[in-house]
Amino acid sequence: MAEPPISPESLQQRFGPHPAYAPPGGWQEESRNPAERLVKTHCCFCGQQCGIQLKVRGNQVIGFEPWEEFPFNHGMLCPKGVKRYMQGGHPDRLLDPLMRTPGGFRTASWDDALNFTSRRLLEIQEKYGKDSVAIYGGASLISEKSYLLGKFARVALGTRHIDYNGRLCMVSAGVAYKLAFGVDRSPLPWSDITKAQVVFVAGANVAECAPITTDYIWRCRDAGGKLIIVDPRMTPISRNADLYLPVRPGTDLALYMGILHVVLRDRLENREFINTHTTGFEQVTESVRPWDPRTVAEKTGVPPESIERAAHLFAKAERAIVLHARGVEHQSKGVENCLALINLCLATGQIGREGAGCAMITGQGNGQGGREHGQKCDQLPGQRSINDSEARAHTARVWGISPDEIPQAGYSAVEIMEAIHRGEIKALLSCCFNPLVSLPDANFTQAALKKLEFFGVVDFFMSETAHFADVVLAGSLQEEEEGIGCTAEGRVIHIQKAVDPPGNAKGDSWIYCELAKRLGKGKYFPYATTREIYDELREASRGGHADYFGITYEKIDKYMGIFWPCPSLDHPGTPRLFEDGHSFHPDGKHHFIVTEWRESGDPVSDDYPVYLTTGRVVGQYLSGTQTRRIGALLDPYPNPRLEIHPRLAEQYGLAEGDWVTITSRRSEITLQALVVRTIRPDSVFIPYHWPGDRSANRLTHRTLDPHSKIPEFKVSACRLRKADGPPDWAQKPGGLTAAVAKERA
Amino acid sequence: MHGYEFYVDPSRCIGCQSCVNACEECETHRGHSMINFDFIDRRGTTATAAYVCWHCEEPTCARVCPADAIKKGEDGIVHSSLKPRCIGCSNCVLACPFGIPKIFPEYEQMMKCDMCYDRTSVGKRPMCATVCPSQALSYVRPEEIARRREKPASVFYFGKQRVVTQVHMMVPADTKSIPLDVLDHIWEESHAVLPQTQ
Repeated sequence: MAEPPISPESLQQRFGPHPAYAPPGGWQEESRNPAERLVKTHCCFCGQQCGIQLKVRGNQVIGFEPWEEFPFNHGMLCPKGVKRYMQGGHPDRLLDPLMRTPGGFRTASWDDALNFTSRRLLEIQEKYGKDSVAIYGGASLISEKSYLLGKFARVALGTRHIDYNGRLCMVSAGVAYKLAFGVDRSPLPWSDITKAQVVFVAGANVAECAPITTDYIWRCRDAGGKLIIVDPRMTPISRNADLYLPVRPGTDLALYMGILHVVLRDRLENREFINTHTTGFEQVTESVRPWDPRTVAEKTGVPPESIERAAHLFAKAERAIVLHARGVEHQSKGVENCLALINLCLATGQIGREGAGCAMITGQGNGQGGREHGQKCDQLPGQRSINDSEARAHTARVWGISPDEIPQAGYSAVEIMEAIHRGEIKALLSCCFNPLVSLPDANFTQAALKKLEFFGVVDFFMSETAHFADVVLAGSLQEEEEGIGCTAEGRVIHIQKAVDPPGNAKGDSWIYCELAKRLGKGKYFPYATTREIYDELREASRGGHADYFGITYEKIDKYMGIFWPCPSLDHPGTPRLFEDGHSFHPDGKHHFIVTEWRESGDPVSDDYPVYLTTGRVVGQYLSGTQTRRIGALLDPYPNPRLEIHPRLAEQYGLAEGDWVTITSRRSEITLQALVVRTIRPDSVFIPYHWPGDRSANRLTHRTLDPHSKIPEFKVSACRLRKADGPPDWAQKPGGLTAAVAKERA
Repeated sequence: MHGYEFYVDPSRCIGCQSCVNACEECETHRGHSMINFDFIDRRGTTATAAYVCWHCEEPTCARVCPADAIKKGEDGIVHSSLKPRCIGCSNCVLACPFGIPKIFPEYEQMMKCDMCYDRTSVGKRPMCATVCPSQALSYVRPEEIARRREKPASVFYFGKQRVVTQVHMMVPADTKSIPLDVLDHIWEESHAVLPQTQ
C-alpha cells in the first residue's frame, strides 16, 4: 500500500530539500529589521546543545546572537548552530496536514487527518492485535515529547513496540555504563576535560561531530595535557595529537584490551582503588592476558610501541579522561568496546575525581534526555527497567493505570523494521526519524516500508521516509514548544518556546494528545501545556536513577542548567558522578566486565577486500532532512564522496574526482573519489547524510550488537571499481547542487 | 578595543567554517562573508586556515589606493573602501600581502573584514571569534592568551617589506616575527650589499 504515490523527483520538486540561502525576508530586506525579542535557548543539533539566542520578530525567527554567558559554550557555535535559525521560515516547511492521494499528497484539515490516523490504527490493532502497531520516536525531541511518546505507545495504543533513533546513536555506551556503573550518563562535566593530564579520544570525530568540545581539548593542551587519538582517519584534531593510533575498522576492542594488558604487565594499575571500589578485576586480568602488543598490532594495525606508549601515558597520569563516540559504539561489539575503555579507567582508578573518568560524547540533540524517560523499548521514565516490577508499579501509579496494563519490552529500532518486513508489524507512526536514510541496509528498509498497511509521520519537513506515508502530520520545530533537554554532560537545560508553529502546523505534543483522545484514551492525556507534561515527568522519574524531581524550568534558568540526579527542590544537582566512591549498583561497586573478541558481522574477504566505514561531516546533522535544506551548510560538502588513500586509489586507477562504484554484499552506489592521505589505505569512508542512490546505508548491514542492538555502521566490507562516468543521480537536475555545477563549469 | 585583542591560530582550526557562516550574518555586510578560508592541501592533510583582515599599522591596501578610499580609524581598524570614492580598480586586492580585500562587482566596491565594527566599537566581540568552536579565531584579553601554548607575533616580513599588524598570529613560543620568503633566511641577504631591485 505504502509505495510513494508519485516519483521521488516529483515529491522532491514540491517538498524539497531545496537549499535556502537567505533568512526569511531576504538579506537586504525584512531580515535587516531589528529583532523584537532575543530568546535564550539552545541549538537543536547535536548532544552538546549549545546555548544560543534566537532573534525573533513577529512570529518568525530571523537570526541569532551568541549567548556568551552560557557556561558550556560561551557563545561558541558550529556552522549548524549559526544557521539553525533558517528552518522556521523555510519554503519547504510543512504548514498543513497532508494525506496521500494517487496524484501525490493533498492538504487536509486536522480533523480529517487525525480521525483517519486513529481509525486506521484502531482497525489494524483490532484485526492483528495491539502489537501490530509500532511507534518510532527521535532523540532530538525535547524530553517532554519523548516522555509523551513512551506513554502514548503504552497507554493510548497498548503496544510494546516503541523505539527511537537514539538506537543508532550511543546505546552501546548506555548499556556499557549501566553494566559497569549502574547508570547511563557521562559521569563528568566537560570542564573536567581541561583539567586532565591525558585525554584519550577513541572513535570520536570531535572536530566535525562535537565541534565545541575541541576548545575543551585545546585548553587541556594549553595546560600541558597530552592528546591520544584512536581513529582509522586522521580527523582534524589528530593534527595536534601527541599520539595517533590508526586503528583498523572494527578492531578497537583488541587495542583497548592490549593497552590494559600493558598496564597490568608493567604493574601500573591502581591496586588501592581496585580493591576498595570494584569487583571482577581478576577475571578481566585473565581475559587481557593473551593480548600482548605484538598480537594486538597484527589485529589492529597499530604499532606495538604506540600501544606501549599509550598505556604508559594513560596509566601514569594522575588525571586521565577517555572520550568516546560512534566510532567504537557503532560496532557489533560496541558494548564491549566501551566496557574495555571503562575497564582501563577502573584499573587505573580514573573515575569520580576532577579531571578523571570516561565520557560518551552523545550525538543527537537531546540524545541524553531523549533516552531517559520512556521512548526506549525496554525502559520506563527515570531510566527504569520495564522488566522491574517496582518500576512498573511506580509508573502505573503516575499514569493512573494498573501495572499489568503496561506492555512488556518490545523490539528495538532495527528489529521493528525487520518485523515490518516479515509482516508482523502492520502499522507505524513515526516522529522525528528518517529511517530510510539512517537505518542500515536501506534497500531492506525501503522494501519494508512498502509493506506497511498504515504509515503515519509527524514531522516539520517531508523526509525521504515520509514519501511512503499515508498521512503526514505537520509538527513543530524544537523552538516551537517549551521544554527541557539533557546535554552530553548530563546537564538539564531549558528549551524556550520562541514562536508558534507556522501556518496550520501544530506542536507535536498537541498532535499526540489529540490522537490519544481519538483512541479513547484522552483522560490520560489532559495536558494543556508541555509544562504540565514536564511536571508529570518529574514525578515519574522520581526515585529513578535519572531523577528529575528537583529540577524545575525556573531552577534551570537560575543556574543555567542542573545536572541530574536531582532528587529534591533544594538539591543542587550532580555535575560529577561517583565522587563518594560509590557506583549506582546495589553493591556500590564499579564492575569490571570481561570482554571477548569476535569478528565483525560483515567481514572482509577476497570478494569484498576493503573496509568501509561511515560517519558525518560538520555541516550535516543525522539524515540531513533539516541540514540539506540550508545552502550554507550544504555547499561545502554537497554530496557524499568516497574518502580513499592515494595508495588504494592507485590500485584501482582512481584520481581525485573520478567516479567510483562501491559494492557491498547488499548493494552498490557510485560516488566521486576524494583522494586523501588522512585515511588508512585498507579502508574507505563515506558520510551517510544523503538518500537514495547516494546513500551510504545502501551498503551497510543489519548486524546488531547483541546487547545494545546498535547497527554496525562503522564496519562493512566492500569492493571498488572505477565507474565509466557520473551516475544517474549526478545527471538529474538538482542532483549536483548549483554550487557544484558552478565549480565544475 | 575595550581591552580585547584579536588572535589567529591556524593550529587550532578544525575547518568547520563557522566563522565563514557567522560573518555573513553581520549587519554591515549581510549575506557576504569576509573571512578568508582555505584547505591548505586536502590531499595531504586536514589542515585548514581561516583568516580575518590583519589591520596593518601601515595598510598596504590604503597606500596603493589611487582614490584615497581606504581609511584606517584611530582605533586601528582598516575599513572597507568608501563607496563614493572607490573606483573598483583592484589595486588593493593585488597589493595586500595577505590577500584580504575583495571586489564586489555588484556594489562596485572593495569590501573586507572591518572586525565587526558595529559590534567591536561598542564593546561586543566580533561574530567570527565569538562563535569559533576551536578558538582558532579569538578576541580576548592579552592575559588570557598568555595561558596558551602558542604565543602571539605581529611582525611579518614579506621580502623587504616589514608589516606590523594589529591582529596577532599565534606561533610557537620564542618566534618574534614571521619571515615568509626564502630570501629572509639567506645569509647574503642580510650581510651582503646587493643591487636593489625596485
